[in-house]
Amino acid sequence: MNKKSFGSRIVAAPYIVWAAIFIIVPLVIVAYFAFTDANGAFALSNFAQIGKYKKAFGLSILYAVIATIITLFIAYPMAYFMTKLKISNQRMIMMLIMLPMWMNFLIRTYSWITILANTGLINKFLTWIGIGQVQLINTPGAVILGMVYDFIPYMILPIYTAMSKIDNSLLEAASDLGSNSWSRIRRVIMPLSLPGVISGITMVFVPSVSTFYISQKLGGNKDMLIGDAIEYLFNTGSQYYNVASTLSLILMVLILVCTLIMNRFSDDEEAVVL
Amino acid sequence: MLKKIFAVLLCLTLSISLCGCGYEYFNPELEASYTSDLAGTELNVYNWGEYISDGSDGCMDVNREFERITGIKVNYTTFESNETMYSQLDNGGVSYDIIIPSEYMIERLMSENMLEKIDISKLSNYKYVDTSYFNPDTTGLVEGYAIPYNVGMVGIIYNSALIDEPEHSWTALWDEKYRNMSLNFNNPRDGFMTAQMIKGYSVNSTNLAEWNDACELLKSGKDVLQSYVMDEIYGKLETGEAAIGPYYAGDYLVMQEVNPDLKFFYPEEGTNIFIDAICIPKCVKNYEAALLYINFLLEPEIALANAEYIGYASPHTAVINNPDYCYYQNEILYPKKEDMPKVEYYRNIPEEVRMHYENLWLDLKLY
Amino acid sequence: MKTLSRIYIALILLFLYAPVAVMIVFSFNSGGSVWVFEGFSLDWYKGLATNSSMLTALQHTLIVAVLSAIISTVMGTAASVGILALRKKFTRRAVMSATNIPMMNADIVTGVSLMLLFVFVGSLFGLKESLGFFTVLAAHITFNLPYVILSVLPRLRATDMSLNEAALDLGCTPVKAFFKVILPSISTSIFTGAIMAFTLSLDDFVISYFTCGHYQTLPIVIYNMTKKTVSPDVYALSTIIFLAVFVLLILYNTLQSKADLRRGIRA
Repeated sequence: MNKKSFGSRIVAAPYIVWAAIFIIVPLVIVAYFAFTDANGAFALSNFAQIGKYKKAFGLSILYAVIATIITLFIAYPMAYFMTKLKISNQRMIMMLIMLPMWMNFLIRTYSWITILANTGLINKFLTWIGIGQVQLINTPGAVILGMVYDFIPYMILPIYTAMSKIDNSLLEAASDLGSNSWSRIRRVIMPLSLPGVISGITMVFVPSVSTFYISQKLGGNKDMLIGDAIEYLFNTGSQYYNVASTLSLILMVLILVCTLIMNRFSDDEEAVVL
Repeated sequence: MLKKIFAVLLCLTLSISLCGCGYEYFNPELEASYTSDLAGTELNVYNWGEYISDGSDGCMDVNREFERITGIKVNYTTFESNETMYSQLDNGGVSYDIIIPSEYMIERLMSENMLEKIDISKLSNYKYVDTSYFNPDTTGLVEGYAIPYNVGMVGIIYNSALIDEPEHSWTALWDEKYRNMSLNFNNPRDGFMTAQMIKGYSVNSTNLAEWNDACELLKSGKDVLQSYVMDEIYGKLETGEAAIGPYYAGDYLVMQEVNPDLKFFYPEEGTNIFIDAICIPKCVKNYEAALLYINFLLEPEIALANAEYIGYASPHTAVINNPDYCYYQNEILYPKKEDMPKVEYYRNIPEEVRMHYENLWLDLKLY
Repeated sequence: MKTLSRIYIALILLFLYAPVAVMIVFSFNSGGSVWVFEGFSLDWYKGLATNSSMLTALQHTLIVAVLSAIISTVMGTAASVGILALRKKFTRRAVMSATNIPMMNADIVTGVSLMLLFVFVGSLFGLKESLGFFTVLAAHITFNLPYVILSVLPRLRATDMSLNEAALDLGCTPVKAFFKVILPSISTSIFTGAIMAFTLSLDDFVISYFTCGHYQTLPIVIYNMTKKTVSPDVYALSTIIFLAVFVLLILYNTLQSKADLRRGIRA
């Protein structure tokens, strides 16, 4: 028996079989569909059609990048301020941030319609104070807001975790050596919270770039994001499975590349290895 | 000109008779005829959203009644377009015993051999079916494969408190005056119809150039639109979130009960008439229960409850001849012959044309 | 600075809770709209008790969430033990990479890939229906597993081996040693993994959307409802769920602080 472990590798067998069937095989099927035509013959014709989805890819990436940046800029100070609170308060704020995530995200997104609509709460208020109606819903801004709102906890949590792991003595040492609070943030906190930032960015970017609900509800169904296109194609009939699979494959590769790039910035051992 | 006068009259004379539905429970003698050894089995029904009396506002809950009387469990799910329904049937992921698509989709399903024959000899209520709808020249429905459920026409609904009465034309949806206030359909067939009518093309055109042309027209109006919608239009028009949009006449009647400011007209260029019918797909697992369910929907009391709840025109002879029916001889649902707008049914069109417009629809959204 | 940071935190919380507040307020609307507030009533809460489609969906959601959490926790814990025992670095890396896929990948891709698998297998066997309870359960187990493994594995790696060796030297069978020695020391991370799995399963919409067939879970029913006019009953149900979770978290939090306090005294 291998002294270095707690048991035999046999116990991993059910999982390995499971992962092969439900993780690897489905991706192989997606790839198979992506490289074949409706009759099952090898074809690259699906890739030839991709040009049409340029704008959808472009918009998805653009919205997701903007949403990720905004989320980062909101979440970073939030996480920092949280670490300055008493431990019991930190835990309470943490809980308050997690709590909305337990509610269905469809409902959370839908509630924004009530707030942003032309006849919604904000516009009622603006009309009442005499500014008049402003177009909020069915704009790119509304879609980005939806992304920021739905995914911001995924940014706050890892950054907060990384920051709260920072040893206080490091900060004390820095002040002893004459750092003011700004340079402490820049020289100590920022580098040490980087792994949290990296995982936050991936955790916000991936669901944002692939969403198909937020854009439909808050964007007025006018411009398709790539998730919308995939959903539309899968819901129009099996003759579109090939193109839809091609889009899925490209989306997957895109996400993979982003994750790999992000991981280069992080030397965290637990980071995703591929 | 006559049409214009008709349309104006239609808007003015529309009686605001609320369609309440206090209903009497099902007659006990009839209940006995629904007892069978199928109790305990399940029936998968796939229907349009908001397309059955579901027990809200004190109306009959048709599915619960059926379950109570027969002991068959109804798994009721809904779709929002014929295309979505087709894709679900097509991939074999889910099986259904009852589906209620529109005529052109039924024609397509038949041509792809996806429909089971309905044994009409076992339907004691088949006598109420208006067989004039089985017409190869108009609807394309074939007797024995489809049972008419609802008939309707598409028109334009607008909020008279927010905007003046528009020209009775589909072009109202393109009008700069209604920027961010107008809606259009979020499904290809109906969406293209609005543009095809303006251009004077047939909705069943096999000329790809005409479809391209219609798509260009839709693209030119996209910027003005607030959004593409299906059943979300209810909330948007009822609350005044949007001011104008096309939808099915029957739904207008339901909406104007909530917001009496809503008005309706059939555009002069003509419009689409459709018939949705009950079918049994090839993947049926509980055929006998499906027949029982169809017969139940054809029961005059049930058909009446559905017709009053849904608000669409009924193809059920016992309903339309019933003076107590709240939409009895309603001018919008059942226009007199001389007031009838120019109408065209959708038909199944060749696959290459279909794929062409499905891709054009993508172009519109990706444009 | 201190006040500024408090204001900032308060603003963010306001942002997070604005839609929640809207939802709670409109769940008490006497009218049928989620746009116009007409007056206070509890009708939508009363209506929930008889809304069979929503209650069935809730039941489905809970069944899938509990079963998938249990199965993925057991399988994932076993897998973590087994993965540590893998001697070849290459195999270990390969297994870990596969494990990371569902976590990194977009939900929509995971969803459609599983759907294609299920439909393909279904057509191989000539089934009339390939999607349903078992497929949605399998899908949920699949996306839960990585979270369990990534919760348990690091803890397991950090566990002191010598205790286990001591147990073995004293005559314990490896299985007994595992349950007596290892399991207690990793129980917190197993629990965390299970809770994460349960939560993810409860909330999942995208993957269920492609794999559930007739076995519709609550998010699917809600999705279908938001395609029409949403009536406040969805809000009422969400409010109840929200309050239930709120109470649970408060409870968990107080217990935790008490435990911390005790630990603090001992140390």
